[in-house]
Amino acid sequence: MPADFISNLYVFILAGFVGFEVIKRVSPLLHTPLMSLTNALDAIVVVAAIIIAGRHETRLTVVLGAIAVAASFSNMVGGFVITDRMLRMFKSGRSKQS
Amino acid sequence: MNAADLQQYLDFAYIAAVVLFVLSLRFLSSPATARWGVLAGEVGAALAVIATLFNPEVTAYRWVLIPLIIGAGVGVPLGMVHMTAVPQRTALSHAFGALSAAMIGIAEYYVGTEPVTRFQMGEIALEVIIGSLTFTGSLIAAGKLQEILPQRPIVYRGQNIVSLSVLGAALALAVALVVNPANTILFPIMVVVALIFGILLVTPIGGADMPTVISLLNSYAGFSAALLGFVLNSKVLVVAGALDGSSGFILSVIMCKAMNRSFTNVMFGAFGQVQTAAAGAKEERVVRSANPEEAASILSAANKVVIVPGYGMAVAQAQHKVRELYDALTKKGVDVRFAIHPVAGRMPGHMNVLLAEADIPYDRLIEMEEINGDFPQTDVALIIGANDVTNPAARTDQSSPIFGMPILDVDKAHTVMVIKRGMSPGFAGIDNPLYYLNQTLMLFGDAKQFVGAIVRELGGGH
Repeated sequence: MPADFISNLYVFILAGFVGFEVIKRVSPLLHTPLMSLTNALDAIVVVAAIIIAGRHETRLTVVLGAIAVAASFSNMVGGFVITDRMLRMFKSGRSKQS
Repeated sequence: MNAADLQQYLDFAYIAAVVLFVLSLRFLSSPATARWGVLAGEVGAALAVIATLFNPEVTAYRWVLIPLIIGAGVGVPLGMVHMTAVPQRTALSHAFGALSAAMIGIAEYYVGTEPVTRFQMGEIALEVIIGSLTFTGSLIAAGKLQEILPQRPIVYRGQNIVSLSVLGAALALAVALVVNPANTILFPIMVVVALIFGILLVTPIGGADMPTVISLLNSYAGFSAALLGFVLNSKVLVVAGALDGSSGFILSVIMCKAMNRSFTNVMFGAFGQVQTAAAGAKEERVVRSANPEEAASILSAANKVVIVPGYGMAVAQAQHKVRELYDALTKKGVDVRFAIHPVAGRMPGHMNVLLAEADIPYDRLIEMEEINGDFPQTDVALIIGANDVTNPAARTDQSSPIFGMPILDVDKAHTVMVIKRGMSPGFAGIDNPLYYLNQTLMLFGDAKQFVGAIVRELGGGH
């Protein structure tokens, strides 16, 4: 088994635990924004897509990479925009009266 | 700057991004700090993207910048959709995320001067299968939520056998590729078979199960990104994918518990098929109904009112009228709270967003477990557009298909009022004994108009 695989597996397992602990604490009020926010964070695959498209190796990989860049970047932008729109709407009774 | 130095800076940018991502989710623990979470996520993502543009491997900027502009051009309008459309937007974004993970995996198979090793082949095959099935599955889910496709489960005899054989075929092709990675003909076939499996997986699932399906697809999309991180040896992808995957997984578990179902039951169960026919055979039972004037006088005489909103309220676009009702009652000194069932709405937490949009303060939105104990001290429980989540048969009737599902104990309130168009059964096609109880008053009509009429009555006619 390649050494890279093992170190990635460590990272994956630890990140999974961190994710579990952090997400458990997210208020159920905010589960919809949670999903749109993790969607935007997951769109970080755009960095891999940029490299595939930007390396310009074969026509096929450029096309695949370019589609991947557009698809994931739209998730990133759209995910942050809608999460912020939703969170702006959550007001507590106290802050509303002031 | 030499290449090794540059690579170090890029790695530091990615590490900073990962830290900001974890903080971003951490800030989401409370509505008060949640917007900081978006900011942290944005800074982290921007850092990672900008750093990548400096990667010396990236030379063809045309093929990067144009898609980035297109992506932003698609993303902004998708971020501006109406709040009722958030579930289908989310499903669509799972599809986009999975599409991009699959595309990169496919490119990684065809790229490269040396052929992939067997180990890499296994990683790529698994990643591409999950990405592809999540792509088509999420498109089907988005289509159902947008009501382009039928909401009812579409089932046929032997369905599970067909679906599982298609999955088996995809996995068999993956194994064949691992045995001989140079067998390039098999690769596109495997992709197509995985795409077909995604369609077969989600088509039989009905509208009531959408919150679970969306969460599961979220989890798949995350894990496909994490697997891509393994393929590319990119830790930032592994971490982001693991965070997204575990988030989707936790939400799926919460949704399954809220419906008292197992994963396999949701994926292979096709809910609500049998019951619809049985409902007509029941004897006619008496229900009591009331008009807006009577409802208004009962509500204004109450001390504590709990409103139970369901997706029917959103369909009738009644949120803003409900807010007026909340204001009118609060002004009269009535304590009004909202009881939120975990599966109210079309995705986890959806009902909270819809009510927050109508300017109802979030400290009035109470989760099921917290509010259930308060129903015996509640004067009026007002149900608007919710049905199955209030059905006492889930507690008492072992033969009911929803037996064991946690419900809001509205039947323990002194008076129950239900705004409903008619006596038709709910999403799952199950009759609701709540409507025949002595303390229940049915308020027949359109939710928006009926609530509006109550508000006018409470206004005292001026």
